[in-house]
Amino acid sequence: MSDDKERGLESALRRKLLMGIGALPAVALFPKIAFADKPATSAVNTTGLAVGDDEVTVGILHSITGTMAISETGSVEAEKLAIAQINEAGGVLGRKIKIIQEDGASDWPTFAEKARKLLVNDKVACVFGCWTSASRKAVLPVFEQYNGMLYYPTFYEGLEQSKNVIYTGQEATQQILAGLDWVHSTKKAKTFYLIGSDYIWPRTSMKIARKHIEEHLGGKVVGEEYFPLGHTQFNSVINKFKLKKPDVIYAAVVGGSNVAFYKQLKAAGIDLSKQTLMTISVTEDEIDGIGGENIAGAYSCMKYFESLDNPNNKEFVAAFHKMWGEKTVIGDVTQAAYLGPNLWKLAVEKAGSFDVDKIAAASPGIEFTKAPEGYVKIHENHHLWSRTRVGQAQADGQFKVVYETKDLIEPNPFPKGYQ
Amino acid sequence: MFSDYTLSELGSIFVMQGFAGLILFSVFVLMALGLAIIFGQMGVINMAHGEFMILGAYVTYFTSQFFLKYLPGLFGGYFFIAMILAFLASGALGLVVEWGLIRHLYKRPLDTLLATWGLSLILQQTYRSVFGAREVGVDLPEWMMGSLDLTDTIQVQINGLFVMGLTAVITACVFLLMFRSRWGKQVRAVVQNRVMAGAVGINTEKVDRYTFALGCGIAGIAGSAFTMIGSTGPTSGQLYIVDTFLVVVFGGAASLFGTIASAFTISQAQSTMEFFLSGSMAKVLTLLVVVGILMLRPQGLFTLKVRR
Repeated sequence: MSDDKERGLESALRRKLLMGIGALPAVALFPKIAFADKPATSAVNTTGLAVGDDEVTVGILHSITGTMAISETGSVEAEKLAIAQINEAGGVLGRKIKIIQEDGASDWPTFAEKARKLLVNDKVACVFGCWTSASRKAVLPVFEQYNGMLYYPTFYEGLEQSKNVIYTGQEATQQILAGLDWVHSTKKAKTFYLIGSDYIWPRTSMKIARKHIEEHLGGKVVGEEYFPLGHTQFNSVINKFKLKKPDVIYAAVVGGSNVAFYKQLKAAGIDLSKQTLMTISVTEDEIDGIGGENIAGAYSCMKYFESLDNPNNKEFVAAFHKMWGEKTVIGDVTQAAYLGPNLWKLAVEKAGSFDVDKIAAASPGIEFTKAPEGYVKIHENHHLWSRTRVGQAQADGQFKVVYETKDLIEPNPFPKGYQ
Repeated sequence: MFSDYTLSELGSIFVMQGFAGLILFSVFVLMALGLAIIFGQMGVINMAHGEFMILGAYVTYFTSQFFLKYLPGLFGGYFFIAMILAFLASGALGLVVEWGLIRHLYKRPLDTLLATWGLSLILQQTYRSVFGAREVGVDLPEWMMGSLDLTDTIQVQINGLFVMGLTAVITACVFLLMFRSRWGKQVRAVVQNRVMAGAVGINTEKVDRYTFALGCGIAGIAGSAFTMIGSTGPTSGQLYIVDTFLVVVFGGAASLFGTIASAFTISQAQSTMEFFLSGSMAKVLTLLVVVGILMLRPQGLFTLKVRR
């Protein structure tokens, strides 16, 4: 019995000794950590991501070639600007951000393939990328399979939510409802003509708009029409506007069609200072191609305009122009893309880790007070709380903000009663 | 759908709608004329036609910038100079392409399809690298904007009238060139019998080169004119290529008159249906009708003998 007791004591002693020896390396490391003020790599990266002692690798995945390059260029520029600024301020958890950029080439299978390459071969900590819903849908299974993290910048049709995606743009109800309320109350609008390009985003958005007009505003939709992507002749539909005389033309035409639509409206003598037109698809980027004088007077419903008058935005616009040239313009999506790296940094710092699961869990509730659009907060559903704003297009290609919602609007990607 | 309107309102809408159809017709003819010369007369399937058009559009853009900066007083007339420059630029590029690429492929028509498609990708990426990925907005002189009010309710677009006039002039020029000039006679001779044409002393290589350049040059003018109604970006040419081929094939590949007749048929059908149906449905029905007619008449509306 005493034998047993003695052995017990002995083993307790041994355990203590062993623990002391085990702790030695940590003690030896301690001063270094204290000076560099950064946590050990093994502690912040438990899943084998490309995170080193001084560097963390992230991916940018946009179209640099092909049709979508027109739109996605601004997003790439904004993401690079945000990352450069973060690096200048010391990086994330003491680690500088290194970028691996891949080209989705406006081709959805290529997006999926490149996403797999970034996650599997490069083991990037997160990816900023995609623009069209089609490209996001293509990469989503890849991100879920390999547990990656995607920051997606575009306003989109909603009806999606994933643990592996943070949506920094607006979902459809955030963009549409407040704008319609505004045009209904200030312009006394009763009749609406809906027109869009023929694919999922305009169709879903118009469905929401129609429900809202008919059920909440007591208005009437006098026409709803979709044109194939790339359609360039709008004279017939313009004649229909003249016949039906809607109070509001509500437009979601995209790409090259967008330019043709506004040029032909102007040529047909439709004066946008008299005929109210509201669009959800024209930002400063698009006006570059359309020409300010062709669209002056139209209203656009977004969450961000380059002309926003707040200190955050002034700083952002100045930095953007310094990096990418005075002539570049900043549209809604470009600003949303700028939020991505910043929100990721805040999430990593809050989680104290680069692990995707921990970032996903830490993201809801994160606030970014330096956002150019003002202030944003991540919702439980991984979308952002944000304001809706209405801007009136000016001949110089900028927007004059005529309305903004008082409160942040809650993201609601699965709106009940609107589907 | 018309019960709520007065007779005069309806009348003006139908006038404007007829005019819309005519504009579409002119646009189609302008798009297709260059391709009809290249495809019809030479048997070359030029998939890069849209990119030659966009070169014209970029030339117009740069001319407008130049005039804004150095000759603002003459800005009102810059468009005519821009069109001439667009013709020269696209034509010159056509010459180079014929010399470097097309002439090696005359005996392999399907390979020209592949080669010119590759060329179109190369040109798109070149435009993107040189001019930037974003679309550019072309400033138009004030007189080209807006519309004429014929009556209180009938408005006619000035740029529509301009495109119609331009199309008429270019069609007339092409007609004179092909059917009234010595050079046109040579072109037709080469089309009908290359060996014989060569035997009587026609320099067939030269004829080929200039025919191709002419087609490309007309594409350049079309591109220049379309800055008024469409977008100017590296891939904007792609917006036109399908309609262009549709018009040329439907008209009968070798016939310039067929091209015009088919442009008229397709544009009228499309603009009428667009008025009564939605845009996408109108397009679907137009394509269905074209496919149906091509099944009955695989050679297109009009036919001539083509080079074998």
